[in-house]
This record gives sequence, C-alpha cells and structure tokens, in this order.
Amino acid sequence: MSSSSDTLTSAWTGAGEQAGVREHARAAPYTNPYVAGIGLGLVLLAAFLIMGRGLGASGAVNAFVAWIVHALAPAHATNNAFLADYIGDGSVHPLKAWLVFEVLGVFVGALLSGLLAHRVAFVVEKGPHVANGVRLLMAFVGGATMAFGAALARGCTSGQALTGGSMLNLGSWATMLAIFGGAYAVAWFLRWQWR
Amino acid sequence: MPAPFYKYGAFGDETSLVIAFVIGIGFGFFLERAGFGSARKLVSQFYLNDLAVFKVMFTAIVTAMLGVTYLSWMGVLDLSLVYLTPTYLWPQIVGGLILGVGFVVGGYCPGTSVASMATGRLDGLAFALGLPAGTLLFAEVFPALRGFYDSGAFGVRTLPDTLSLPYGVVVFGVVLMALGGFYGASLLERHVAKRQ
Repeated sequence: MSSSSDTLTSAWTGAGEQAGVREHARAAPYTNPYVAGIGLGLVLLAAFLIMGRGLGASGAVNAFVAWIVHALAPAHATNNAFLADYIGDGSVHPLKAWLVFEVLGVFVGALLSGLLAHRVAFVVEKGPHVANGVRLLMAFVGGATMAFGAALARGCTSGQALTGGSMLNLGSWATMLAIFGGAYAVAWFLRWQWR
Repeated sequence: MPAPFYKYGAFGDETSLVIAFVIGIGFGFFLERAGFGSARKLVSQFYLNDLAVFKVMFTAIVTAMLGVTYLSWMGVLDLSLVYLTPTYLWPQIVGGLILGVGFVVGGYCPGTSVASMATGRLDGLAFALGLPAGTLLFAEVFPALRGFYDSGAFGVRTLPDTLSLPYGVVVFGVVLMALGGFYGASLLERHVAKRQ
C-alpha cells in the first residue's frame, strides 16, 4: 500500500474535486454532466429497444453468489428460494446471464474511457483525514450494505433508479427517493471519511 | 421491424449476451466519462458541492423516457413488452434506505464500483468485494425476511396507473421536474461554493 499512499498524498492536496487526480495522471476533466447523461440515456434506450429490458448491476452479483454457493454446497443453494432463482433447472450455467455479460462490458467500457482520459491510477479515493485501511474497510462494508439493500429492493441504482425510473415504474421511484433519503440522512455522520 | 427486437425473435439468447456486453461497454464508458468512477465525485452529491449525480441521472432518465415514449407513440416500440420489476412498496422503500446508507459508507453503488475498479480505484475493488458478502448474508436470512420481502405487492404498476393520469402527462411532469431540479441544483452549487 505504500506506493499508493505516496500517490495519494499528492493526489488529495488539490482543493478542486478533480485537481488531485489531474496532478499525477494528466487526467482530462470529466464530461459535462448533461452530455454524459444524454449518452447514458441513449445506451439505456438502446437496451429497451433491442432487448426489452434495461441496465443493471446487482443482479449480476446475485448470479455470481448463486454460482459460488451452488458449486460449494449444491443442496444449500437450490433449497434457498433467493439463490434458486439464479440457478434455475441447472440446464444453463448461472453465469451465462444477460446482466453478467453486461457488467463485464461495464468494466471494459469504463477502462476504455479512463485510458482515453488518462484517469486510470491505482489510488484510494478518500478524504485527507482518513487512513487507507479504514477507507478500504468502509468501502467493503458499504458494498455489503448496498448489496443487501439491493436484494431487498429488487434492484440497485442501475436497475431500479435509472432503468425503472425512466419507465415510470412505481416501485422504482419509491426506491430512488428512498436511496436519496437514506444517503442524505447519514451523510453528516460520515463526513469524516470524505472531508 | 417491431421492437423490442429480442422479444420479436430477431435474434437468440447467445446473440443477446454479445449485445449485453456491447451495451455494458456503453454504460461503463458514460459512467466513467461522468466521473462516476470516483467515490469523491459521487459522494459530493450528498455534501451538496457537486450535484453531478442528480444531473447525470435525471438527464439519462429524461432522455430514455422521452425516447421510449416517442418510439411507443410512433408504433415502433411495444411498451408492454419492456420488462418492469413488479412493485413491492415496503421492502423497496426499506431496501432503498439501506442502499442510500451503503452509498455514503462505501462511496459507490454496485455499477459505479465496477467502473471505479476498472480505472484502478482500490476502494472500488474493496466495495466490489463487499457486494457478494452482502448478497450472501441476504440469501442466508432470506427465509426469515420472506414475509416482508413480498409485502406491499402492487404488481406491475407505473406512476401513470397510480396517479390515474395519461402517460404523456406524467412524462411532461417528469421533464418539468427535472428542468426545475437542474436549475435548483445550479443555484444550490453556487450557494454552497460561496459558503466554503
């Protein structure tokens, strides 16, 4: 971790939100949010038009977990009503799923964009007053928390807020408003991690 | 050719996976372009100094919503064949609140953590490793949560159904709300910048 802490020291001394990253990586500024939003919206529209479904992320994690549990303890997986949905009758591999391939694409697309903008760097994103180890632990706990919430809400920011939001789906709008509500409710208590 | 193409049998399941990968590339590309591979950029939304999350998300929602609406009016896209997650109001509200807490604790959401990991963010990697842990925990407690998970069931239900308003009226309302939100966001950003 020492090499990344060195980059970090220089990375987070900049006052501007992107200044730090730009310093060590010749990083290009981010795209205008409205332009990026139109791009994202057109990708989502293409998914609706071509596939009859939208974008997602947490569903791929569910398929991944179902596959792992099924490999280690087949009966435990098929007896679990939540995981069994992702295993099916066993005729199709759990990872041979639409969202799994979509998420692999997300990785490649983000890497492509990051390389073109010189934004690929091995850093830990955090505020200046928090140790790398604490931040990594918080990230892990946050990931676990969001996966739990997404399973309960039947989708995450991608599948519910973005996809269901644009289809005017009632449950998706409820989920989206609750996401913003939950985040604003705890932001003040967690500002030490970012400020 | 009527749409959705896949639902009308234009291609099979194998091809749909190739399309998934290509669509994913577009998704990841624009997430990273917007700066959503960075936890600091994402959480700025909740400290009000940079409202890009709101702007990007609502621009995307309005773009896709208008596209879907016009394609449906033109008779190109059959909206009834686009998959909608059925509404289970109570678990979705509680799940959403938990998602929001996890967002500020972890700095990402599931999709953006993949974009951050792809661009070398080690905290994005830690977040992504936490995802299967949370899913596994949920699966293990699922039998006990089953009753709540299935509560508040409204079936496939849209906002126009719920408000008893024509689809186009709700679309127009969302566009107005987004435009008002964009204007309010720019005022708020300027206000917060002045105070700091």
